[in-house]
Amino acid sequence: MQTQLPESLLDSPQGREADAILRRCVHCGFCNATCPTYQLLGEELDGPRGRIYLIKQLLEGEGDADTVRTHLDRCLTCRSCETTCPSGVKYSRLLDIGREQAERQGTRPWQQRVMRWGLRQLLPFPRRFALLLGLARVLRPLLPQSWATALPAVNKASVAGANIAVRHPRRVILLDGCVQSVAAPEINCAAARVLDHLGISVQRVTDGGCCGAVEQHLSAPQVAAQRMRRNIDAWWPLTEAGAEAIVSTASACGLQVKDYGHLLRDDPLYADKAQRISAQVKDIAELVADSPAPSSAGPRPRVAFHSPCTLQHGQRLGGVVEQILRDWGFELTPVADGHLCCGSAGAYSLLQPVLSDRLRADKLVALRRGSPQVIASANIGCLMHLRQGAESSLPVRHWVELLADCLPNK
Amino acid sequence: MTAASPQAALAQRFRAFLPDSSILVTETERRPYECDGLSVYRRLPLLVVLPEDINQVQRVLRICAELAVPVVARGAGTGLSGGALPLTDGVLLSLAKFNRILDIDPLNRTARVQPGVRNLAISEAVAEHGLYYAPDPSSQIACSIGGNVAENAGGVHCLKYGLTVHNIVQLGIVTMDGEQFTVGGTGLDAPGYDLLALMTGSEGLLGVIVEVVVKLLPVPDTAQVLLAAFDDVVPAGDAVGRIIGAGIIPAGLEMMDNPAIRAAEAFAHAGYPEDAAAILLCELDGSRAEVETDVMRVRKLLAQCGAREVRIARDADERALFWKGRKAAFPAMGRISPDYYCMDGTIPRHRLPEVLSGIETLSRDYGLPVANVFHAGDGNLHPLILFDANRPGELQRTEEMGGKILELCVAVGGSITGEHGVGMEKINQMCSQFSAAELTQMHAVKAAFDPAGLLNPGKAVPTLHRCAEFGAMHVHDGQLPFPELERF
Ligand SMILES: Cc1cc2nc3c(=O)[nH]c(=O)nc-3n(C[C@H](O)[C@H](O)[C@H](O)COP(=O)(O)OP(=O)(O)OC[C@H]3O[C@@H](n4cnc5c(N)ncnc54)[C@H](O)[C@@H]3O)c2cc1C
Ligand code: SF4
Ligand code: SF4
Repeated sequence: MQTQLPESLLDSPQGREADAILRRCVHCGFCNATCPTYQLLGEELDGPRGRIYLIKQLLEGEGDADTVRTHLDRCLTCRSCETTCPSGVKYSRLLDIGREQAERQGTRPWQQRVMRWGLRQLLPFPRRFALLLGLARVLRPLLPQSWATALPAVNKASVAGANIAVRHPRRVILLDGCVQSVAAPEINCAAARVLDHLGISVQRVTDGGCCGAVEQHLSAPQVAAQRMRRNIDAWWPLTEAGAEAIVSTASACGLQVKDYGHLLRDDPLYADKAQRISAQVKDIAELVADSPAPSSAGPRPRVAFHSPCTLQHGQRLGGVVEQILRDWGFELTPVADGHLCCGSAGAYSLLQPVLSDRLRADKLVALRRGSPQVIASANIGCLMHLRQGAESSLPVRHWVELLADCLPNK
Repeated sequence: MTAASPQAALAQRFRAFLPDSSILVTETERRPYECDGLSVYRRLPLLVVLPEDINQVQRVLRICAELAVPVVARGAGTGLSGGALPLTDGVLLSLAKFNRILDIDPLNRTARVQPGVRNLAISEAVAEHGLYYAPDPSSQIACSIGGNVAENAGGVHCLKYGLTVHNIVQLGIVTMDGEQFTVGGTGLDAPGYDLLALMTGSEGLLGVIVEVVVKLLPVPDTAQVLLAAFDDVVPAGDAVGRIIGAGIIPAGLEMMDNPAIRAAEAFAHAGYPEDAAAILLCELDGSRAEVETDVMRVRKLLAQCGAREVRIARDADERALFWKGRKAAFPAMGRISPDYYCMDGTIPRHRLPEVLSGIETLSRDYGLPVANVFHAGDGNLHPLILFDANRPGELQRTEEMGGKILELCVAVGGSITGEHGVGMEKINQMCSQFSAAELTQMHAVKAAFDPAGLLNPGKAVPTLHRCAEFGAMHVHDGQLPFPELERF
């Protein structure tokens, strides 16, 4: 596509990157077809092709920043458009640049600024989040129904069985994740058991922290970069000491860490380390897929699997978990429009509740259609979001928990 | 007080029945609508409206008729001929919010859908009944059925199953003065003139399509795709003629040359041989026995024509992958060139080799690379001229070369558009294709539906005045282009 970015911008690495991405887009519109917000709203400005055009205007010094930002805010960053784009347009990179520009050139209403600041102060901090969650659990009877069902219940039994000795020569670092470590610690316990069964021991790191995704997507890239550097420092000694991979059970965190190499590419001290860390990150599915499934097949529930966007579009691991579940003897129910986002999308469900609710309602209809006994997913955000909309008779769990259930003497 | 601007006055009238979010007024919001899939042609619309029911469409059109404001309809904006290019003094009427499938009738094998429904969404929705909608433009993932009707779109499967016009039975239309009427019927034939055929391919000049009843076909019992690789394009072209000549009617018969193969492969990972000069994809469908015999016959013909390799898709997944690459071939060009200009000529199949070598000569003369994608079965050629719109003058050279390619198509007895429509882009070439008398009749048809000429004016059918100017430019020294070619 033709571009007319000012020379001043083309002098910067960011400007050049944006120009290269824009020029790769041939304006065919294929991406609109698989964009969740375009499907709901039927409006060019709320689809990827239109958003690309809005960003182009902004960078060319023409568009109104507040208008552009309104439409960029509605984007889920699900990256379904990238999977669809035949030309290989790196939309999410352009989006980051566009969001930063729009934020800089426009003025966000103060209510939105407060909300976003609040989320940045809360989500990445396990202790603050735990405090609020504890408070909410006490107040559960007073909360509106939809909030009450959203509160994660603590699965005490599996948390109790958490400390498995490091006994195999194969070792990996298991990321704790900020929200997940508080809201659903049982997931990583299940992961540790499954990996132990497959002959891989898990090491935990205590002084890491949030992967930085929250700040990255709430327009605070500098804070995100600080977090990334801290994590690299925390993980470095263990990877140097022979841990073969950094494993994540939350596909959004995994994706963010896989991006460290790119995000810190201009940091003179950390660029190389970030690259090496990124190359070592694996979603747990990548590890499990490489190991043979247990031969004994007991009774297994029928599963509807929701592949998180960060897994299928971000990490491009679509189909991997589905295959693992089949190999382990689970029956998968068909799910239409599996490429669509469930509406969770990080803080999106809090910032764009109307669109988010519609996407979840549609997703649950699609998931229920094949009468599953359990819904499974691979990211804490999606799990909590879906749980909030699903009836209590239909559990929503991480797929690795389903595998752990199959192991002997649980 | 001065009078409100025409834009403000119109927006004010529309606000009576449309929410603010469905009337785009500011320049930032209108900009992304300034072009369709042919993004080098751009014009900022006066106003964009996004109605979501028929009544709103009628009211928009009535107001525009009253105020003599021209209207351009837009579906998914994937058109490649600038058909949905807006007018600076006109309203752009988006039908993208009309995206619901209203009714599926598996017994009569029809579906009633809104115009903004995506082509592929129809086949997906009726798959559980073992049915599908046959015309499958490569843009089927995104293009709207309304846009398909307006362009009489074709696709891979049209060789055997016909174009859009052969696969729809009824249309709901709103005229420029806001009147709604239905053409066609759910039976096979309807009394009176066949207005359904007239509306199909009318490029938004006669009425706005607000509902479409499509015909559905049962998914064939068996389907197989063969992929044949050639070291030279000429024998590949010969093979096409041999297959059709043998009385076989493939469900699809497509050809790509080397640059197209490489770009498509980079996206789809379909396993195309990237060093081949050309590949042919041939789909055969029907009963199992029929397909098995046809596969054997085609295989033999391909080998006789010098294919260096013939592969049969292992399973349904690989078959889908073979087509995925082909269908993504245009936009995959973005990987090797910032812009592409897609031509859409038809030619008699047996003239393919000389047309290809003519294109190669032009490509060399103009210094612009070309990739070729060819609906080989029905002789619809899509040369993609690769250029860079950021380089001054390159677009002009590209357009000029594109014009030469189309003239070449006409000269060998073909035509200037196979399926993408005339739109804005090929309006001048219409002058070489039709005589003044023919064009006058076309204007009379337009006037019968839209006497004031407010629907998509300036597209599809050139004024005689325009042709006179164009002709003066192009007939040099009393000579037609390509005098060496025999005329039909
Ligand atoms: C990558 C790519 C591949 C393509 N491959 C093919 C192909 O294989 N075969 C093919 O035939 N085409 C192909 N096309 C062209 C294009 O997709 C078709 O012309 C398609 O039919 C346009 O549909 P649309 O909804 O995008 O219409 P638009 O581009 O929005 O509009 C096209 C024309 O239809 C009119 N129109 C749209 N909706 C209505 C309506 N409801 N009522 C009245 N008029 C209306 C517009 O005014 C305009 O003149 C391709 C395009 C791309 C980008
Ligand atoms: S699919 Fe890719 S090339 Fe096509 S419009 Fe979308 S981003 Fe641009
Ligand atoms: S990231 Fe998702 S919501 Fe955003 S434009 Fe792409 S497909 Fe649409």
